[in-house]
Amino acid sequence: MSAPSLSSACVQPPLIAAHDLTVTRAGLETPVLRGVSLTVAPGEIVTVVGPNGSGKSTLIRALLGHLPLDGGRLARAPGLRIGYVPQRVQMDAAIPMTVRRFLSLPQRVGDDRAAAALARTGVAGLERRQIAALSGGQFQRVLLARALLTRPQLLVLDEPTQGLDQPGTVAFYRLIESLRAETGAAVLLVSHDLLVVMRASDRVLCLNGHICCEGTPEDVSAAPAYRALFGDGQGTLALYRHHHDHRHDGEGPGAAIPRPAADCRHD
Amino acid sequence: MIEDFLLRAGLAGLGLAVAAGPLGSFVVWRRMAYFGDATAHAAILGVALALAADLPVGLGVLAVALAMAALVARLARRGQGADATLGVMAHSALALGLVAASLAPGGGLNLDAFLFGDILSVTRTDVAWIWAGSLAVLALLVWRWQRLVTATVNEELAMAAGIDPARERMILAMALAIVVAVALRIVGALLVSAMLIVPAAAARMISATPERMAVTASAIAAGAVIAGLAGSLRWDTPAGPSIVVAAAVVFGAVAAVRG
Repeated sequence: MSAPSLSSACVQPPLIAAHDLTVTRAGLETPVLRGVSLTVAPGEIVTVVGPNGSGKSTLIRALLGHLPLDGGRLARAPGLRIGYVPQRVQMDAAIPMTVRRFLSLPQRVGDDRAAAALARTGVAGLERRQIAALSGGQFQRVLLARALLTRPQLLVLDEPTQGLDQPGTVAFYRLIESLRAETGAAVLLVSHDLLVVMRASDRVLCLNGHICCEGTPEDVSAAPAYRALFGDGQGTLALYRHHHDHRHDGEGPGAAIPRPAADCRHD
Repeated sequence: MIEDFLLRAGLAGLGLAVAAGPLGSFVVWRRMAYFGDATAHAAILGVALALAADLPVGLGVLAVALAMAALVARLARRGQGADATLGVMAHSALALGLVAASLAPGGGLNLDAFLFGDILSVTRTDVAWIWAGSLAVLALLVWRWQRLVTATVNEELAMAAGIDPARERMILAMALAIVVAVALRIVGALLVSAMLIVPAAAARMISATPERMAVTASAIAAGAVIAGLAGSLRWDTPAGPSIVVAAAVVFGAVAAVRG
């Protein structure tokens, strides 16, 4: 895999930079997110892992500007184009919708571009199929194709592999990786799937209301905070592990930055 | 030669069909059936209030329907178990309207025409109003179409594209209020949501895209108006319900063929 040069990516201003974000929700005493800082540089793949209820989706929605912030700062590169694949899109069979029509929501696109996007995500020729009749894996790829139509600088994927089996998950991650290599788009990916941390992730952040630790996939899986949060970590990273164990210059902070492990335990 | 009153009735019904197709499609997609009921039933309250205050009935209906639609749109976000709330509001509004009408000076009003519609007595002016309201709603829906459909498909996707789902929801509520005000004279409050839902539900089974469903629903509604009026004339049945029956027959036929 030839990822875009990350050494040059590091000197570019980040696409999105969140500093010390706090988000509360009515009726909850503790904030859903507290003091979360996160940047995504051009061409970078950042994965956020965390157990259910750790605030992953809230973080995504806050970064997209869909939620009011109760504290902290959020900066986005001017004119940033984001391709977004939300979690669990419920496609109701009540609305008839072909794949082709779906790709033209809300911006209409020509047949050529629609076909190219579908081909790129491995679901060529599905144009006339009803969305409701697709399998979970096909639908995820259609959603990804739709997100690509805006030529995004940043792809935001919220639990994209939910409901996929393991081969499907691995194939989906491979696709993301090759899309990044091809288009140079940065990827911000959220997953509860603790066993499958994408090998191509430049950085992994574990989230449990706050950032418990961050670093390369290897560093994080070895970090005490991560083990405290996710248990012994048996089989962690086993399925979809790094095959290249060299490190690119300037890649990641070099080692997991641990935070006190006690903070990360489940209540 | 078609008699004048029948021609006016047909034109009035076709005017409604123009807006009922696309708007009814949204009602089906968003599972807003009770929403239509609540708004339509609130219209009865509007009739009673307008008559009591000596204002034009259309104005009272539109005002109360708009208020109800706005209220319900605010209260009932999709998928939040809004069914019961909407049911309570629909029935309360209807009952309140009937009670208010009975208290009106002069020993109470006869609301039958507003409950069941009186398409055979629409005037030229009525027809003009119906077409004006219907075309206004159609124009509104066409203008907002991409945004409305996107927000209906998925609110998160819509927000990511800079669309405000709450605003689109409110626009649909407004459109619904206008159609209810317009349809009250034709099919009556009790059958308004039937005219929205039945043609759209029939169209759902034979449509591949939202646009085709909207157009097909309008065509089915138009056919139901003509067939219902013809049936009403032939068998001397009430016109409004006959139109809904005709739409239901189409639904049944499509379901039998496709199902």
